[in-house]
Amino acid sequence: MVVLIIFSNFAVTNKTQQMNRIIEKEYFSPNVVRMVVEAPDVAKARRAGHFVIVRCGKDGERIPLTISDADIEHGTITLVIQSIGVSTRKICALEVGDEFTDLVGPLGRATDIRRHNDTVVCCGGGVGVAPLLPIVKAMKEAGNRVVSILAARSAELIILKDEVAKYSDEVIVMTDDGSMGRKGLVTQGLEDVINREKVSEVIAIGPAVMMKFVALLTKKYEVPTVCSLNTIMVDGTGMCGACRVTVGGKTRFVCVDGPEFDAHQVDFDEMLMRMKAYDKK
Amino acid sequence: MNDNKNIRRDAPWREELRRAISAKERTSIPRVKMPQLDPAYRIACNEEVNCGLDDSQAAVEASRCLDCPAPTCTEGCPVGINIPDFIKNLQHGDIAAAIGILKQDSALPAVCGRVCPQERQCESRCIYHKMKKEPVAIGYLERYVADKARAEGIEANTEAKKNGIKVAVAGSGPAALSFAGEMSRRGFDVEVFEALHEIGGVLKYGIPEFRLPNSIVDYELDNLSKSGVKFHTNTIVGKTLTFANLVERGFKGLFVASGAGLPRFMGIPGENLCGILSSNEYLTRINLMGAGRGTNDTPAPEGHSVAVIGGGNTAMDSARTARRMGAEKVMIFYRRSEAEMPARKEEIEHAKEEGIEFITLSNPVEYIGDEHGHVRSVRVQRMKLGEPDESGRRSPVPVEGAIDTFDIDLAIVSVGVSPNPLIPNSIEGLELGRRGTLVVDDNLKTSIDTIYAGGDIVRGGATVILAMGDGRHAACAMAKKLLS
Repeated sequence: MVVLIIFSNFAVTNKTQQMNRIIEKEYFSPNVVRMVVEAPDVAKARRAGHFVIVRCGKDGERIPLTISDADIEHGTITLVIQSIGVSTRKICALEVGDEFTDLVGPLGRATDIRRHNDTVVCCGGGVGVAPLLPIVKAMKEAGNRVVSILAARSAELIILKDEVAKYSDEVIVMTDDGSMGRKGLVTQGLEDVINREKVSEVIAIGPAVMMKFVALLTKKYEVPTVCSLNTIMVDGTGMCGACRVTVGGKTRFVCVDGPEFDAHQVDFDEMLMRMKAYDKK
Repeated sequence: MNDNKNIRRDAPWREELRRAISAKERTSIPRVKMPQLDPAYRIACNEEVNCGLDDSQAAVEASRCLDCPAPTCTEGCPVGINIPDFIKNLQHGDIAAAIGILKQDSALPAVCGRVCPQERQCESRCIYHKMKKEPVAIGYLERYVADKARAEGIEANTEAKKNGIKVAVAGSGPAALSFAGEMSRRGFDVEVFEALHEIGGVLKYGIPEFRLPNSIVDYELDNLSKSGVKFHTNTIVGKTLTFANLVERGFKGLFVASGAGLPRFMGIPGENLCGILSSNEYLTRINLMGAGRGTNDTPAPEGHSVAVIGGGNTAMDSARTARRMGAEKVMIFYRRSEAEMPARKEEIEHAKEEGIEFITLSNPVEYIGDEHGHVRSVRVQRMKLGEPDESGRRSPVPVEGAIDTFDIDLAIVSVGVSPNPLIPNSIEGLELGRRGTLVVDDNLKTSIDTIYAGGDIVRGGATVILAMGDGRHAACAMAKKLLS
């Protein structure tokens, strides 16, 4: 029956698209949701570091979300969404069986995955652990020693710990209140690792403030650092420039030039300012 | 084709039309004025400003056309529409024949009749100029025929015998739609892949409703749909589907018409402050996402005092949109004088009627923000026209020490676009030009044998009609190759 309805739509509009149906939903915390979404073409094409743009409802905003995982066989991708505004609330309210009105991707440039001589440290803050997971996995599969540092305000905001552990030689958990792992910030955990072993590269994904401080620390130790930026976007294909940031003194577009950049070159203060462009004054 | 034209011109009814009034009488009829909405009314809504000609206005204007034996207007049309043919059929009352003639060369006459710069194309070559008189209003008549045909449900015959060959199109703007229409007419199975969630490209996200209503575009899309063209939204060729995927799925050719979707900025201090955006972003938010209207979630950039930088059609569209979004003061800053503005004359006039201030010979050099990082003012360098440059245009040079500051709370940068890098970057083996455009030969074929390209991805920023001309040209070439 369902199939019949779909096909009649086809015939009338001649307009086809992927179904974007949600087939799994799980709450990591009251405001953080993991969804597995049917998107076979995206699942096949995506690499670590890529993102998608989704739209929820005909009046919906276009929202960029980094892909956390994909299953080519089942034709699905995994997204992790934190409810922080009107649009992310709408997305988090979707249930299994519902569909995203629109979903397009994979967008952005994929992460540069290489075999490094020394340790690769992957730092994830809050929901930033979700986009970090495919990088941890790819870095491990490329033959690297991977140390992952997961950080959040408190224990219930630490996500995907077991999955990250599967592909890491060591996992360090840092919480602001000490409710899980060590008490302290991600930078403290990272500094300890840098002091005890040779680190080839640091990858940091999380809130802009966290990435800013990771970058300041690793600059001091001259450890190459990559961050993944989550700026405001509209189309996500290079068309609008809403996502622009200054990197190494030049204006770059996160959607087509990124989302990953050399963290030591990013003007985080400008980025933090631009992310508030549409906050009510 | 020429023979055909003369046979049509020799039709008895047409000779009769030519004999009906003397040339002197004919040429003394004044050019029709386009009826338009009152400025005070139209800035409070989003309705189409130009209302279109009524039947009698169209008939009188059509009668002005001298039906020249060797018409020069057609030479001014980038797609070579047989202009006297459609005008005389219109005058003769045969709308079906008139729309048929338009559709032979243009997939979207209702669009072209509205947004083509006719004053620089067909109308600039009209014989009336030689008599020091205003040219025949070819654009208005084209629009009239397309609108009339739509209202009366007259459709040009587009039935084609299918040849079973599949071709793909990347993008769904004017070049893509023109290609799709032409290939479908030639019997190919055409599938269009669009990155955004709506079909239409710049016709939807860029050109505002008050200049080109979406219903007009949708009607044309519907016609293409009926002719068998399949549309896929949310699909990026080179990303969602690679070129190899398309080949696997049986596509024998790809036409890349992904447009000039990468806005340029000026690179001046303060340009990344909040409240400074590209015209692409501004227009996409308002036109495509419906920001600031109804229950749409996308936030609209708010501005009471708005600076628009640039002198092209997109700058006019942005300024006029800002006015409609409630800005009390809208200023257009342009570094040359008004005479050099690339925008259509009609757009400039409409903008002025709507109270937009033109501050020419003025070039922004810096934006100043407040403590929250929001733009509060723009510093502008006054310019004067210097010696002509290589292009023959007098180039603007700064007037030393002449810098003024204007208070603003929104700036829309409309200084041009570059080709969208997505496809050039993701299909290996495509030869690129200096500015990231795709390099094509005379047949619009890229460095890959089965990939053709046209529109702004090749031209780097041009007009709807030139893009459409490319679509048609590429279709003819690709069809010939695939059928040989």
